Amino acid sequence: MGQTLIEKIISKNVGHPVKAGDIVTVNVDYCMIDDIMVPFAVQKFEEMGFDKVWDPDKVVLIYDHFLPATQVDDSRHFRVGDEFARKYDIKNVHRTDGICHQLMTEAGYVKPGHIAFGTDSHTVTYGCVGAFSTGIGYTEMAGILGTGQLWVKVPETIKIEIDGTLPGNVTSKDIILKIIGDLTASGATYQSIEFTGSTVEAMSVASRMTMSNMAVEAGAKCGLFVPDDKTCDYCKIDYSDEVKELVPDNDASYSRIIRLRAEDMVPVMACPSLVDNIHPVSELAGIKVDQVFLGSCTNGRLEDLRTAATILKGKKVAPFVKLIVTPASRKIYREALADGTLEILSDAGAIITTPGCGLCCGRGGGILSDDEVVVATNNRNFLGRMGTSKVQIYLASPATAAATAVAGVITEA
Amino acid sequence: MGKIFKFNKDVDTDQIIASQYLLFPTIDEMKAHTFESLNSDFASLVKPGDFVVADENFGCGSSREQAPSVLKALGVKAVIAKSFARIFYRNSINIGMPVIVSKELYDSVSEGDEMELDLKQGIITVGEKTFQCTKLPAKMQEILDQGGLIASLNN
Repeated sequence: MGQTLIEKIISKNVGHPVKAGDIVTVNVDYCMIDDIMVPFAVQKFEEMGFDKVWDPDKVVLIYDHFLPATQVDDSRHFRVGDEFARKYDIKNVHRTDGICHQLMTEAGYVKPGHIAFGTDSHTVTYGCVGAFSTGIGYTEMAGILGTGQLWVKVPETIKIEIDGTLPGNVTSKDIILKIIGDLTASGATYQSIEFTGSTVEAMSVASRMTMSNMAVEAGAKCGLFVPDDKTCDYCKIDYSDEVKELVPDNDASYSRIIRLRAEDMVPVMACPSLVDNIHPVSELAGIKVDQVFLGSCTNGRLEDLRTAATILKGKKVAPFVKLIVTPASRKIYREALADGTLEILSDAGAIITTPGCGLCCGRGGGILSDDEVVVATNNRNFLGRMGTSKVQIYLASPATAAATAVAGVITEA
Repeated sequence: MGKIFKFNKDVDTDQIIASQYLLFPTIDEMKAHTFESLNSDFASLVKPGDFVVADENFGCGSSREQAPSVLKALGVKAVIAKSFARIFYRNSINIGMPVIVSKELYDSVSEGDEMELDLKQGIITVGEKTFQCTKLPAKMQEILDQGGLIASLNN
């Protein structure tokens, strides 16, 4: 019996063949702690009685949710993190560089075949480069800090094969939203998803990131892409034989295989207040919006900002709409500045904010109140996430978000 | 015996403890806001030994360990659901709070019913009815038996 991609990655890590259902202890290539969880992970690390971090160079601290601080207690998290980094000689500390899930691959940490864990559920994002990465709690993170290891159950795999050419107004965001709608919010729980087919092969790594990022919204443990030459360019490594081995076998065993045709896809949205409440944008057209949010680890990359700029060029955001644009990282911010993207967005009336999680986790500028409607490009529309529990959050692609910002009502791009 | 508090499917971690409360330095300060958006009286009504019973996919969403931690701090004895989200499930075991899968319980009981749980035998009793629940994998039972991951690593 052949192996799935996740079985290959874990086998390589532990040094013997594994199959779905096995419980094994893996060696951690990188672990990431975000600002929200730093004080808790540090406290648990101390309670466990460790006197050193297993490998300081494999630990990455990233401040993003609380940056810049909006509440007086936020900076305590930065102080605790800085003190921990100083005490245990951790040099990989990103204090103002952007969102953790963008930086873990962009800054050159996680590479194809790696195993990584983070204290945030969207750690699944690094599946975009063919790495196994997933979110854990802070107590388990404290265990990793001390030991460099974690036990995992090798997951079963759902294979999703997407072939063909996407219509012009459909993006990888629409694909993953459709998949979550089909699977439901718990349809892939405990499982790995393998995304394959000619449509995803033709995608940029940035577009793949959007899909890996949201795999967890269907409950998945990870959402993987086979690494290719584009992945290696992005990760600044050679497309070596070792990377080429990271491919599922033809006779691998899957719990489920789903086949989709790109030509059948339409722009969709997740409606309030469940990520699997998916409807075509055309059915929702005309709903008045108060705010549009373009950003997050799901869709705050250069190609997302450029897509929006193409639609917004020479136009103005509707007068009653606040368009908030938050690049996912400083690098993206600089690139969008250099190529004129930010100028177009600003001319159209966008509020451009500092890189970070921003409004996605309800901590950045743009909190909404009862009965207000926001169209957002991030990954969760949970009740109360961006303000009161009566805020209506619709999740959409950057193209849908930009078209909606101009019209002031939900609009298909 | 403990009282049952029932919750629907897909209860996410933001609903269990919203992100604005995560900056409180201790779990004890957060716990008063447990389930605030769903049932603002929950934290004042729940008593040590009570149970949370839920439909499918309990604890979906973020990786915040504060979600099972506030439930434990309020004295919730166990969460029994048709299914759990992955990270919530692991976090619960690691802090030493039992999470139990039962496909039947949710549809057979009402809010406020009194129930008894025999964790070792995997049996739930509500009035005249008894329910068999799924046992944990050995690795997890070992961590839970020792009172969570910290105790387990210290041993």
